[in-house]
Amino acid sequence: MRDVAIIGVGMIPFGRRDQDTLLDMLAYSSMKALDDAGLGDKGVDAVYVGNMGAGILQHQSSVASALVDRLALLPAAAEAVENGPASGGSAVKNGVLAVASGYYDVVLVAGGEKMREVTGWRATDFVATMTHPEVEYPYGITLPGMAGMFTRLYMQKYGVTPEMLVEVAIKNQEMGALNPYAHVEMMITKEGIFESPHSIVNNPPAADPLRLYDACPVSDGAAALVLCPLDMAAHLTKNVPILVAGFGQATDTHTLAERDDPTDLKAVTLAAQQAFERARLKPEDIHVAELHDAFTILEIAESEHVGFFKKGEGGKAVLKGKTRLGGKIPINVSGGLKARGHPVGATGVAQVVDIVWQLRHALPEERQVKGAQNGLTVNFGGFGNNVVCFILKRVEQ
Amino acid sequence: MTVDIELELKLRPPEFPQAPYPPKVITLANGKKMVVREVTRADVPQLLKSVHPTLFIERDYYNVVGARVYAELIAWQYYRVQNEYVIVGQVDGLVVGIVNGRMYSPKVGMSLHTLAIDRGLRIGAHLFAAKMEHHIEYLNQDEVLIVAESPIGFRRWMIEYGLIPTNIPHELGGAPSYKLTRELYFKSKPRLVVGDRPVPQELMDVATRELAVADAQAIREKIAGLKGR
Repeated sequence: MRDVAIIGVGMIPFGRRDQDTLLDMLAYSSMKALDDAGLGDKGVDAVYVGNMGAGILQHQSSVASALVDRLALLPAAAEAVENGPASGGSAVKNGVLAVASGYYDVVLVAGGEKMREVTGWRATDFVATMTHPEVEYPYGITLPGMAGMFTRLYMQKYGVTPEMLVEVAIKNQEMGALNPYAHVEMMITKEGIFESPHSIVNNPPAADPLRLYDACPVSDGAAALVLCPLDMAAHLTKNVPILVAGFGQATDTHTLAERDDPTDLKAVTLAAQQAFERARLKPEDIHVAELHDAFTILEIAESEHVGFFKKGEGGKAVLKGKTRLGGKIPINVSGGLKARGHPVGATGVAQVVDIVWQLRHALPEERQVKGAQNGLTVNFGGFGNNVVCFILKRVEQ
Repeated sequence: MTVDIELELKLRPPEFPQAPYPPKVITLANGKKMVVREVTRADVPQLLKSVHPTLFIERDYYNVVGARVYAELIAWQYYRVQNEYVIVGQVDGLVVGIVNGRMYSPKVGMSLHTLAIDRGLRIGAHLFAAKMEHHIEYLNQDEVLIVAESPIGFRRWMIEYGLIPTNIPHELGGAPSYKLTRELYFKSKPRLVVGDRPVPQELMDVATRELAVADAQAIREKIAGLKGR
């Protein structure tokens, strides 16, 4: 197996992009990544596209075939990867495997989703199609509903408090306000969403005990990256190559009810363990992480399941500022899904792109984790039933 | 403009006695204080500046709502609407939202429009609530007739308040009205209507000193969510 490097990255601002089609967004982000890699006349051998909902939301299939044609990359191999909200992470994983195997040298991976084309209800219903079609979906369960129940259990078992969730929301929106790619660029205050009696309207219940500001927005957006063998990187690009030091992927039961302990996100633990083993690193070696905070509780739970904190300590760490920029392990410096947004198929790719920017030391001071060498991502599909984790490493030239 | 007083009296609709809306202050999600207060006809020229940029924004039917609010403000300024009132939300003096309505009869209110100029802070929700508060608690009406002109409005008003469908055509376009009754209002009030009175004098001073209006491009960007690529 060959070592694989990320040599180009690109993203478009997430948000509501009425003016763009899904294909427009995939193409813009891909062109940015290709331009960033500076491949010149070197061709792209294969294209992987992470997307969850084009078939449902846009009544469109074969988006990868459409993208290679749009980008004039014919006759590159192309395929779309659908793996729920982990579609982006899965697309990156497939690209990494394709290069590592020696079959392809240059691979473009893009992830995108256009969710604001439909009303919020329909977008919530679309995301709920990942639930079990016989024992969950017909009974009206949605992802916010699942997250609400999970939060209640996590609070009971590990002592997570509403105040801890509020701190995650405030931290991530503060960081999002500094990120030009973020969907939500608005800071919020504890007074406005928690302490003031007026917060009942500002931050209404969404899925008890979760409230409006505990959830990520429904977004449009796309991100892309270019992969090649590490030993070719120096010949292809001037960028600092970022090594895909390890990845892991694991699954869990489709239904939450079948898990021995619904608060135990086994797939997160296993995916992270695999990634750490392959990278020969430990959680304490990670300098920056992008976790899948579709709901604030998930940032806390994932920070424990990947090994940054012991169970029950993640929420306390948030209150102590350990997950802020400058803290022990800065988490979601991009704003995370909470503020950058969550166009489901794009998210896993965008997380990797943000870590690449961190490891290149290319971000403005107010968003840069100083001297970051290793970064981690968790892309959380289903309600933890399919998780993809990456560990990236800066390669000094 | 020369006004023929004799003729003017025939053009103006008769009015019922109308209680004022007492100002209140609301803490928004970003911690800023929004003063919610009734304005007067003398404020219309300034308010029109904040509405004008919305006339050209298709997103979320802002053009429909903006154009109608624009016309309603002018009609109100020249006494062509019966018992209209206009309430604004201001943050640091800046107009962030406008709502209006009128008394259809002493006991029935007609909700006209809710226009959030700054978005993402539930300003529309707060101002719509203020409007319902005015009809039920200060104008002492029994019910308010409401329609939505956008899906967002439908979600905010019809669903969040659980409004009652009727087959009474609303004067905004003739769509069947939904009804907020006194009972429904007081049932919804604890979770939807907030605000503190009296407004601290320093906040009122800032709000009444000037109805400040953001520049047109800033309003367009805020509403249309335009971002660089």
